[in-house]
Amino acid sequence: MPEPRVLSFREALREAMVEEMERDPSIFLMGEEVGHYNGAYKVSEGMLERFGEKRVIDTPIAETGFAGVGIGAAMVGLRPIIEFMTWNFSLVAADQLINNAAKLRHMSNGQFRLPIVFRGPGGAAHALAAQHSQALEALYAHVPGLKVVLPSTPADGKGLLKAAIRDDNPIVFIESEVMYALKGEVPGGEHVVPLGVADLKRPGRDVTLVAWSKMVHTALKAADTLAGEGIEAEVLDLRTLRPLDERALLDSVARTHRCVIVQEGWPFAGIAAELITLIVREAFDNLDAPPERITNLDVPMPYAKNLENVVLPSAERVTTAVRKMLGRPELPRRPAVAGAGR
Amino acid sequence: MDSTLLLGLYRQIALCRRFEEAAAKAYSQGKVSGFLHLYIGQEAVAVGAISAAEPTDYIVATYREHAHYLARTGDARGAMAELYGKASGCSGGRGGSMHLFDAAHRMLGGWAIVGGHVPIAAGVAFASKYRDEKDVTLCFFGDGTANMGAFHEGLALAGLWKLPVVFICENNQYAMGTPLYRTLAVEDVAVRARGYPMKSEIVNGDDVLEMREAVGHAIRRARRESKPFFIEAKTYRFRGHSVADPGKYRSKEELQKWMERDPIRVLAERIQRLGIATEEQLHALDDEAKAQVQDAVEFAERAPEPDPATVEEYVYA
Repeated sequence: MPEPRVLSFREALREAMVEEMERDPSIFLMGEEVGHYNGAYKVSEGMLERFGEKRVIDTPIAETGFAGVGIGAAMVGLRPIIEFMTWNFSLVAADQLINNAAKLRHMSNGQFRLPIVFRGPGGAAHALAAQHSQALEALYAHVPGLKVVLPSTPADGKGLLKAAIRDDNPIVFIESEVMYALKGEVPGGEHVVPLGVADLKRPGRDVTLVAWSKMVHTALKAADTLAGEGIEAEVLDLRTLRPLDERALLDSVARTHRCVIVQEGWPFAGIAAELITLIVREAFDNLDAPPERITNLDVPMPYAKNLENVVLPSAERVTTAVRKMLGRPELPRRPAVAGAGR
Repeated sequence: MDSTLLLGLYRQIALCRRFEEAAAKAYSQGKVSGFLHLYIGQEAVAVGAISAAEPTDYIVATYREHAHYLARTGDARGAMAELYGKASGCSGGRGGSMHLFDAAHRMLGGWAIVGGHVPIAAGVAFASKYRDEKDVTLCFFGDGTANMGAFHEGLALAGLWKLPVVFICENNQYAMGTPLYRTLAVEDVAVRARGYPMKSEIVNGDDVLEMREAVGHAIRRARRESKPFFIEAKTYRFRGHSVADPGKYRSKEELQKWMERDPIRVLAERIQRLGIATEEQLHALDDEAKAQVQDAVEFAERAPEPDPATVEEYVYA
């Protein structure tokens, strides 16, 4: 395998698509601004030049239309990658994803496979307000028939996207606008990360922090802070919500006996609620404290920066929850620059 | 006039009619559940259109698709067993009346959210064009679809990308219980095709030969030039929206007027007028269709139910 290089998240995603499209002519990329504009977030930059208009296809603003076109094409054997400029816009195509893509295989008694990837950025970015800041993974993960994938690093971005493109099921692949410029080492060539395998980002004995997508970085930051206070937090990156690596989650809780789920998105009927149900049902005897969740506040996203910061999960909210769980006194508030205990 | 063709079409329409009569009876006996949307009165649309297609052309239809399935596959057993919710049904008892699929015969459903399958049909046609294959996709939908966003987006993309798809609007005058004149601001659905743009034709959907000819022309053009085409077939359903609907929003006079256009009767009269077959010979064909349906009912009655142990299968590939 070639040496890893440092790539940005968007470059890693692009590399996955380019490599897969080079390998398989039945794969194409379709979406708003993916071609001539080079991608609203430049993920597909240069791909039109490389593959031509036949395989890198600009669409009108018609999510229902082009999501449906992708499904029809996948039904008869093509392998579309459908880009949503953001996952917020997927809601106008929810009929295609939920009523059509997720149901076809079952209601046809397995006569069809649907190898299609829907991808684009999800979650809050910066001050984009209520309609452009939604973390919708819980909505799609609710639906049997869809797989839901949320990478947190450039390497996983590449490896999981390659796995998603090769999968024969409809995939909801949620990236993050604020992570596109994030850099990291990415293996060249054949680097495929299987769906349904969590990644232990940091071992620890005192508490498990469970996260995915950009909340992994929030959890890691919290773990750093806690380490300075003598609390060893384990950080588990789920990477895919469907399929869910239940074993990795339960094994981690069995080691640490405590668990905090760090979830972007609303609390009510969210992913954290599902994970906590699983933990309580399967690992009750291993628990030293009730599992906790840190989520968005239960409001639409306000525009003002200070309000947005209050709504989103933060490392500080995570550390506070962990200290409370461990019966540690809350530290006096210090200026953020005073260092996180290192 | 090709007598074999005409008699074949008659036999197919009779099969559709007898099949749905038997399905309605089974429903009233509690043997068929769920929603059951009958196509009785509209059969010439599907039979005429599908008879004009090659067996390799794709069919994408709605929840009122028994006739489309039968016209494409001839498989009354598989369809009836599906309505009965049996494992031998064409969708293994997982689909029901609204979701009849047969991948091998390129019968691609059976979609039951109004409008949603229109972009899917465009996508199937997109795949044909992408692979330089010459297959054409036939997309059926009702007049009630004409106000849905998905309908417009599907047509917009088919027009923009010049996809080989024939859109066939089965205008049976009612979107469920609401007449077209109360829901559509134009008299003909076909005018909506103009802006995308695509050629359109308004056809007497109760004349199976007129349907066959118009769709045949549209298919040949789509295959040759890779362009979409829009056909509006004027027709009427003789039964309610589903079997749960007594259809009280329509007058007896109106129903009577349309029943004079009953596609079976129209075709029978033509066949006799041309001296191709006698009334007795047509009766014999009808009896054949009835026997095939009776066989399908007996098959469905005998067929095993799906094994509950398999309920979680076919969620993921």
